[in-house]
Amino acid sequence: MFKKISLTIAGMMVAGSALAAGTPYHEGTATIVKPTDDRNPLTEIISGIDFRKDMIRDMQADEFENPGMLTVEYGEGIWDMPDGSKGLSMADVWEDCSGVAADVAGTVYPRYHEGAGKVLTLEQQINFCRENAMGAAPYKWEKADMLGMTAYIRYMANGSTINVNVDGPANSMFKKGEELYYERVGQLDMSCAHCHEDNYGNYIRADMLSQGNINGFPTYRVKWNGIGSTHRRFRGCNKNIRATALPYGHEDYVALELYLAWRGNGLTVETPAVRQ
Amino acid sequence: MAKIKPRVKVPKKADAGEVITIKALISHPMHTGRAKDKKGELIPRKIINEFRVTFNGQQVFNVMMEPAVSANPFVSFPFKASESGTFDFTWVEDGGKEFTASKEMTVS
Repeated sequence: MFKKISLTIAGMMVAGSALAAGTPYHEGTATIVKPTDDRNPLTEIISGIDFRKDMIRDMQADEFENPGMLTVEYGEGIWDMPDGSKGLSMADVWEDCSGVAADVAGTVYPRYHEGAGKVLTLEQQINFCRENAMGAAPYKWEKADMLGMTAYIRYMANGSTINVNVDGPANSMFKKGEELYYERVGQLDMSCAHCHEDNYGNYIRADMLSQGNINGFPTYRVKWNGIGSTHRRFRGCNKNIRATALPYGHEDYVALELYLAWRGNGLTVETPAVRQ
Repeated sequence: MAKIKPRVKVPKKADAGEVITIKALISHPMHTGRAKDKKGELIPRKIINEFRVTFNGQQVFNVMMEPAVSANPFVSFPFKASESGTFDFTWVEDGGKEFTASKEMTVS
């Protein structure tokens, strides 16, 4: 009996290591960033792309082949298209309204905004500007316009280093996000950390776990057959562990997004990333 | 979502005898005819059913697509360059509507 079990385990380990080959993380060629903030629990920060195999990596690397570029191009089209009662486009109002230059905006969100008096994600900042500076109706979360706009703003910062600030007025949200990250939820009673901090680089059934960094969002997922936001991903994670998914833009998700983005400080923006 | 837009990538220059890679992508929803909309009604089938490429008027590549092909079909194929000329790309949608693109290549 014992022999049988140990054989099975040995067999699984062999299969596991054979399956695990083929990603830069396992081959030791991943780009490793050292965290600069002592509060960061990670000793090495690795982008999700280094946990993926060549097929996905090639798809992301080639801008022509990358299907996320279709959404980025769509976003580029609506970026300087006038909309709303004031006849202004997002390109006209962005810098004054958000207080961040357009080409670095992709690296600093979620961010505390004085006008709104709270931490805003990029989606919320876009809608804030649309309502207050353009006199336009807000975009719906997860619809083509919003995804295009967020993808294009993030794409403008593609290759720049992420630098999300969690001090000052954003600190209370940051602490909340940290709590949520380690809180067990759902019927499976798991927290984010169980998979993405303790077990990155291991398989969970057929899927390779990454560190859950969000430097590539909005991300094209082959499974989705399209591009999706961070909050869509959170909802998917919540459902996987049989927890209640929260609505898009929920305060808890904003806090979690802030915390996650900060954990990935030092990585480069990869939008539009491709994942399986 | 976005409007249907063909895109192709062909090297501008190639050496005679060189094998080049040609990439073609069209943004298209590829409705299979089996999905339902929010009201529960079937979305009629509308896919790109054929993609063909001619080089200087002569057909060099052709693919017939079926509903199982996913949205935004991407096709790439190798081509042995021997002379300068023009590639013409044609995508045919259900109902006969055609989308076209063309690219020139110089062989030295």
